[in-house]
Amino acid sequence: MHTNMSTTMKFEPINLGRWIIWTLFTLILLVAPLIFNQSASISLLSEMGTVMIFALSYNMLLGQGGMLSFGHAAYSGLGAFIAIHTMNMAAGGELPVPTTLIPLVGGVAGMFFGVLFGYVTTKKSGTTFAMITLGIVELVFACSLMFPGFFGGEGGVTTNRVIGEPVLGISYGPQIQVYYLVAFWLLVATVGMFAFTQTPLGRMSNAVRDNPERAEFIGYNTQWVRYLTLVLSAFFAGISGGLSAINFEIVSAENVSMVRSGAVLLFTFIGGVGFFFGPMLGAVLGVFLTVMLPNYTKAWQLYLGLFFIIIVMFAPGGISSLIMMNLRLVKFGKFRRVWPKLLQISVMTLIAGLGAVLMIEMLYHLTLDFTSGPMKNLFGVAVDTTKAGGWLVALALLAIGSFGFWRVRPGFRHAWGEANMEIEDAIRRAAA
Amino acid sequence: MTYALELKDVRKSFGKTEIIRGAQLQVEQGERIAIIGPNGAGKSTLFNLISGRFPISSGDILLRGESTTRLKPFEINRRGLSRSFQITNIFHRLSVYENLRCAVLWSLGYKYSFWHRLNGLGDVRERAEAVLEEIGLKRRRDTAAGLLTYAEQRALEIGITIAGGADVILLDEPTAGMSRSESDAAVELIRKVTVGKTLLMVEHDMSVVFGLADRIGVLVYGEMIACDTPANIRNNQKVQEAYLGGHAPAEAAA
Repeated sequence: MHTNMSTTMKFEPINLGRWIIWTLFTLILLVAPLIFNQSASISLLSEMGTVMIFALSYNMLLGQGGMLSFGHAAYSGLGAFIAIHTMNMAAGGELPVPTTLIPLVGGVAGMFFGVLFGYVTTKKSGTTFAMITLGIVELVFACSLMFPGFFGGEGGVTTNRVIGEPVLGISYGPQIQVYYLVAFWLLVATVGMFAFTQTPLGRMSNAVRDNPERAEFIGYNTQWVRYLTLVLSAFFAGISGGLSAINFEIVSAENVSMVRSGAVLLFTFIGGVGFFFGPMLGAVLGVFLTVMLPNYTKAWQLYLGLFFIIIVMFAPGGISSLIMMNLRLVKFGKFRRVWPKLLQISVMTLIAGLGAVLMIEMLYHLTLDFTSGPMKNLFGVAVDTTKAGGWLVALALLAIGSFGFWRVRPGFRHAWGEANMEIEDAIRRAAA
Repeated sequence: MTYALELKDVRKSFGKTEIIRGAQLQVEQGERIAIIGPNGAGKSTLFNLISGRFPISSGDILLRGESTTRLKPFEINRRGLSRSFQITNIFHRLSVYENLRCAVLWSLGYKYSFWHRLNGLGDVRERAEAVLEEIGLKRRRDTAAGLLTYAEQRALEIGITIAGGADVILLDEPTAGMSRSESDAAVELIRKVTVGKTLLMVEHDMSVVFGLADRIGVLVYGEMIACDTPANIRNNQKVQEAYLGGHAPAEAAA
């Protein structure tokens, strides 16, 4: 699907719609663990919450400030380390910090390192900024192996989140209590980060993203705008780090790694950087895929990578922009015209995708898992990966899907383009 | 007396090439001066030096008597000098209104605040709406700046430049690429928004220059060969030679 990266961001005055959305969001946070009430799903939800904060904080840089960072895990990770040490000290009675406030400790720690590292990274923008962030996160990662006293070496630092006597029956032992702690901080952090987009600094951060030179000529030091934005973003990243320390009761070198930094970039981009809620969708989907996919397939990282590439190529605005574009069609009554084509192209994509998945799975089985015999269970069907039959079916699906995609694509693009053109015309007429 | 803006023997070299060769200029408070000159005379470079975009090689630039040569562009802007660009330089993904709002924030003292709610700032809204009205883009208020027509973008460019309330305004070819009627409208706009302000503008269109300027400065090969009233410039021997000597656009003879 073709969407536009430069989709403009609307900042409307306080309205009813916004209150409905916030209320809905709070309700979802409250109700989610009652619906997905198995212990595995509650811990999954808890993890989603922490990553949502992380991705939102990342988007303060990428989407709102135009800063592509490869090292955001440095802030969440170091926040997590400080948080877990604080928890251990609290347990030892040296520092009376209740677990409820540990995320705040993580946030302040993240902010501290933002003040420290950000001073170096935000001196530059664009590619240079990206390179320096890469250097910083590598530096922190190297330190984590050099100073096992603080970072816990290979094994990391562990803790027990149940500290002292329960307060009002809350001990943070049961996962559900941790979930509600995450949900509380998620709500606070989301409100905080959304509020940031509505402040002078938040707006200037957009301006510096769009045109740093012009910002200098309306009185703003762009370096300072970037720096302050990064410090605040590091604060929220630190909160997410503190929550993950509570949730997993372990923090290791992986928390400050390139891999973690790359993952948040991936999730944020998949969700979409152009809308405030985009990274939240990306985090939910990303965590779901990274936690659930490995249960089903060894090739899960390959699928995640392919998915990312497809998003970048066909929907650079991410999932949020896909949703908003389609909602716009609905709003202007054009969806009726587009959906048959949308359905066609989706079905074709699905068929081709299925073929590709089958082939990848069989290939993985042949090369990596052959000791368990030639049979592979694919979607409930046992397939002999050494025989031609399975391969032919997969190839046929891929071929049919690709051919179909190629055939229906022009029609879809035409309908899609036409509908959107008419909408833009309508908007222009309404403005005139 | 102190001038609103004064250039003292300003020189600028790029490598071995000297682009600005000892430019002199005194602009009084409230004066409107147009800088004309053949292509490549260094008009835009001169603006870039005054606004701090490039550092000067030697000489001095005084804004209300104070040297600005060591200041960054944002520091010069905070001292009350604002400029527009020859090639439209706006925040293309932000709406027209947001563009103007950004342009007024610093001057109203909100600086890097992340504790004020933008929509709650009455003074910011009033000022941005007033400029919006002045530049005639009210009905385009919520359109992304990147989607405006060329003439509208030029108007927004001027709007951003004046929104912060600077009293020395530099406009770099504000009517370049406009049709006659668009350019007439732009001249009216410039006249209206620079009342009581000091204006320095680079302009090629002679009808704009003669219609708007109190004095005309002629820049040829990096030197200000004359700066005088339109009538005197018309009759100035040196200017005529410079323009008719082969480097001049034909319109200059008008």
